[in-house]
Amino acid sequence: MPGAAADGDAVSYRWGVAMRALLAVAGGYAISALCTASLALAFPKDRAQAVLGATMLSFTVYCVVAIWAFSAGTLARAWLVAGVLAAVPAIHLLFAWSLP
Amino acid sequence: MNGMGFRQSNAWLHTWSGLLLGWLMYAIFVTGTISFFRDEISFWMQPEQHVSMADEGTPERVLSAMQKMAPDASVWSVSLPGPRDAAVRVQWFDQGEKPSKFGGHRVALDAGTAQVLPQRESRGADFLYRFHFELYGMPRIAARWIVGIATMMMLIAIVSGVITHKKIFADFFTFRPRKGQRSWMDAHNALAVLSLPFHFMITYSGLLLLMFMLMPWGVQSAYNGDMRAYFNERGARVTATAPASHDQPFAAPLAEIGPIMAQARARWPHGVDHITVTSPGTSQAVIELRERGADSLLDRGRSERLQFDGVSGVLLESVPPPALSPVTATYNVFSSLHLLRFAGPWLRWLFFLAGFAGSAMVATGLILWVVKRLPQRRKQGSHIGHHLVERLNVATIAGLLLAVAAYFWANRLLPVEMAARADWEIRIFFIAWASCLIHACLRPHRQAWIEQLAMVSILYFLLPVYSFIYFDTHLLNSLAAGQWLVAGVDLSLWAVALFSAAGVWFLRTRQAASKRSSGAATTVKGRSYAGL
Repeated sequence: MPGAAADGDAVSYRWGVAMRALLAVAGGYAISALCTASLALAFPKDRAQAVLGATMLSFTVYCVVAIWAFSAGTLARAWLVAGVLAAVPAIHLLFAWSLP
Repeated sequence: MNGMGFRQSNAWLHTWSGLLLGWLMYAIFVTGTISFFRDEISFWMQPEQHVSMADEGTPERVLSAMQKMAPDASVWSVSLPGPRDAAVRVQWFDQGEKPSKFGGHRVALDAGTAQVLPQRESRGADFLYRFHFELYGMPRIAARWIVGIATMMMLIAIVSGVITHKKIFADFFTFRPRKGQRSWMDAHNALAVLSLPFHFMITYSGLLLLMFMLMPWGVQSAYNGDMRAYFNERGARVTATAPASHDQPFAAPLAEIGPIMAQARARWPHGVDHITVTSPGTSQAVIELRERGADSLLDRGRSERLQFDGVSGVLLESVPPPALSPVTATYNVFSSLHLLRFAGPWLRWLFFLAGFAGSAMVATGLILWVVKRLPQRRKQGSHIGHHLVERLNVATIAGLLLAVAAYFWANRLLPVEMAARADWEIRIFFIAWASCLIHACLRPHRQAWIEQLAMVSILYFLLPVYSFIYFDTHLLNSLAAGQWLVAGVDLSLWAVALFSAAGVWFLRTRQAASKRSSGAATTVKGRSYAGL
């Protein structure tokens, strides 16, 4: 919280806020973009509908990641969980692109 | 956040995401709310066209006027008068010209006489409508990104705001007046919860309307970024095509429009909105009628069309719209709720009030930020950031209302024959807004509030009064004639005037009350904040 007593606390507080903001803004966008790209490929039979649904859902994903970035107990946990969230669609995409 | 609970960290997120883009969101909310009455306001801004009164014979009269005005045109496009616009708007294209929304020749016609009506060069409410998602004077795509980012932050502020208030429904019934910060908090909560479904819907659907720009990665992965292929496959773009004929066209008179209109009116409860005639005056003429205000949310308010042979007047086969999938239907519901194409007057007013509540929610949230920091400032002195937020609050919240009033006044006062008149209307909007910012920086905080709100009140009050002097469709006449289209705008202007006057009264009485009770205790660096 603001009003930290020692200077060291204030610096680490600001560092924490900056890193969480980075995770929320850039990480949030990256994760929602990955999820959208991955979901769009998940239903090849109805490609157009999958794209539409995935794109619509992307903003929910973004919102959840942004709130998570600021509410996770520690900075490390916030980034770790976000990393796992990004890895799932990323792996799917890697497979989808490498297979013919 | 480290050392914070889930609710606390959401409160923190809500405060700072709200503050960072609050002013922009307020501007988007206010101009967007005004846009619910875009057609009505645009018509109000053309006072010379208020004489237009539609009747049964309007379509026939207009088509024969078109025959005289544009006998050699490739296409006539006629927007018939309706409850939101009383004039006939016609457009025609020369042979070989590609029909487009803003091209061709365009004039307004009197629905009663089919005479050409004078047209003030003005962007009308379209300027405010465009501003709410494209701002002004910057590249369109950049502006849409800024608005899109602000909308995303709004969504985060809404969701984190809901999480912050665990007693959300109790909060709705809580209002503790005259308690300073508590009262602002209660007002903010009540306004937010009151129209929460609306806020969520309008924010999310706003994102959906920009989504292929903000989030192109689905199309990128599934279609290699080929937007056109994607839209074709989704069947989102259905274009009606006239039956192609390879015979050489010859001159032929146009079919009687009366019986065609009668057929369409029998089928459509709200009547006909639009008549398009392709190749008029030839053997290949086709008359297409478009339904006014379809009721279904599922098809994006897309109205039904009927095509008739332009010479014989016989109904042609029409292509049925493709079946909808649940995903497309969901998308359509969201986007038509935002665009409000389907709504009748009552629903339109409900949305307008919800948008007004949304604007007020953002405004009270911004004020709350200042009020909440007052006790701390009394003890520790003010930070430059506090002053900045105060100034921007006045200049945005009161200043934007004033700028819109200035825009309307410019529409009334600038000479009709002036060169670049429409640009000047917009320039005056921004000059007024910038003046509000300068004024807010020069005057003490509460004085700035009182003076700007008083000015807002006076400007809005006098707009309908000006009509009494210069136009025939002033309130007495328009109300007597039941011309609600014009009267509604005039009365709404008075409502805004009344609302701002109430704000002035509130600030002044609170100031007087606080001076009586405790003079020195509420003064910080010579400024009194008791009423805020």
